[in-house]
Amino acid sequence: MAGQSNECILRFDGVSVRFDETPALDGLSFSMRAGETRVILGAAGSGKTVLLKAALGLIRPTEGTVSVFGDDITRRTEREMFGLRSRIGMLFQEGGLFDSLTIEENVAYPLVNQQRARRLSPEQIRERVEESLRFVELERTLDKFPSELSGGMRRRVGIARAAVTEPPLVLFDSPTAGLDPITANTIIALIVKERDVKNMTTALVTHRYQDGTLLANFRYNPESGQLEPLGRNGNAASRTTTFMVMREGRLVFEGTQGQLEASRDPYISKFARQSSE
Amino acid sequence: MLDFLKSPILAMQDFFALAGRAFLNILRRPHYADDVFIQMDIIGVGSLPIVVLIGFFSGAVMALQMSRALSTYGATGQIGTITAITLVRELGPVLTALLVAGRNASGIASELGSMKVTEQIDAMRALGTDPVQKLVTPRLIATAVMLPLLTVIADFVGLFGGYCVACLLLNLLTPTQYWTTSYRAIEYNDLSQGLLKPFCFAIIIALVGCFYGMRTTGGTQGVGRATTQAVVVASIWVFVVNFVITRVYVNL
Ligand SMILES: Nc1ncnc2c1ncn2[C@@H]1O[C@H](COP(=O)(O)OP(=O)(O)OP(=O)(O)O)[C@@H](O)[C@H]1O
Ligand SMILES: [Mg+2]
Repeated sequence: MAGQSNECILRFDGVSVRFDETPALDGLSFSMRAGETRVILGAAGSGKTVLLKAALGLIRPTEGTVSVFGDDITRRTEREMFGLRSRIGMLFQEGGLFDSLTIEENVAYPLVNQQRARRLSPEQIRERVEESLRFVELERTLDKFPSELSGGMRRRVGIARAAVTEPPLVLFDSPTAGLDPITANTIIALIVKERDVKNMTTALVTHRYQDGTLLANFRYNPESGQLEPLGRNGNAASRTTTFMVMREGRLVFEGTQGQLEASRDPYISKFARQSSE
Repeated sequence: MLDFLKSPILAMQDFFALAGRAFLNILRRPHYADDVFIQMDIIGVGSLPIVVLIGFFSGAVMALQMSRALSTYGATGQIGTITAITLVRELGPVLTALLVAGRNASGIASELGSMKVTEQIDAMRALGTDPVQKLVTPRLIATAVMLPLLTVIADFVGLFGGYCVACLLLNLLTPTQYWTTSYRAIEYNDLSQGLLKPFCFAIIIALVGCFYGMRTTGGTQGVGRATTQAVVVASIWVFVVNFVITRVYVNL
């Protein structure tokens, strides 16, 4: 992991995004290294979704530059961006599943349409789709439509679709929003599993501090198929989790979980205290 | 001071940018032929019953009105001529376009609008397809092909409606007289005008529907707003463009 971890996968440099007068992102700078996990917290409307979409090139910054895998994407055309986007998976906050397509077609969509994976045969695609759905424990819903699934199941399909091409970077936008605590923990466990099995760099937006705690302190054990606390088996600190707190488009905190919990700022500490409530 | 002009001008600019991309994509790969056929079915075949119905009654009512007006000059023999000319030049294209605007500009706007608010459009872009290529261009092609066809059908059915009133209901003239006079009345100029109009209206309807759908914001409420706007704006532009085309043809 040592050689890889120096590579900068995602970098924001003074990025501002303005829709109207008030900026959605305001001079945001940070960078993410390969193998790291990033937990993004912040109040509603603080610009978390805009941040992820800017990383994918779905929203163009008004100022500043966004670099992904070392390339500046700010001035690329939409068509030039497709190649890059095939290396990033994204779970959308509103789901973004195509409701005119079945679950199988939805998960196969990136395999069929993205250039990187163009040369797969229909059998190979079906195999990958089934494997990806098995991973999120939904292999029996292939022929259903998204409207026939529960909210938690739709999230899992979204995760399967985001990870089906095994992209090096995956962005999860509020995967646990609106779910009961049990389903929410299942979803996070799946994300930890995807991250550790496929070795993906992960950014996760959430309102729940517990989600961050799980991502930061647990790892997936392939032998037992369960999550286990980090630090056992001499595995400590093989992954670094960084927390970020957003407020009105600005980054007001960036650091480790310990630093987050030690913060005295009332806005920041609100996010860290949630767990003890 | 000119601030109130800013947003409509920006919207126009966005509209023409979308229109430009939609047209360019006709020539570009990948082509989504399946989507074109699905849309042709929805727009063309789906609108057929109502277009036939409206076409029939507008031709019939035209003949009824004209029968009274013409009888004062003792010129009821001209009823076929007048029905044919008004149908082919004006009533056929405009009524069909308004129907299709009400039915499909709204359908397109609400479908694309729901896709926008559930982030399906963003997902499409993220997963390697251009939404303009996949959603807008097929709808543009399908409407541009189907609306002229629907108009031709509406014209014929309208003439048949006129025939029913003039020959069967009022017994003003013989079927042969009706059909030969109406056939002779149509000139090349009328036909080209009668086909150019629906073609232009189709472009307006498809693009306005897509435009309002793609820029929907604000959840399900926003979808409703986008739908209404699409129908109103498409209908207004149909009338404006109709006036412009007619003006050009009158001068020819
Ligand atoms: N397409 C858009 N057009 C106009 N304004 C937008 C758009 N997208 C986001 N905004 C604005 O940008 C700000 C940040 O929005 P964003 O969706 O990133 O919030 P968020 O942090 O994801 O909130 P939540 O936790 O509720 O999802 C909001 O004030 C929102 O109104
Ligand atoms: Mg959000």
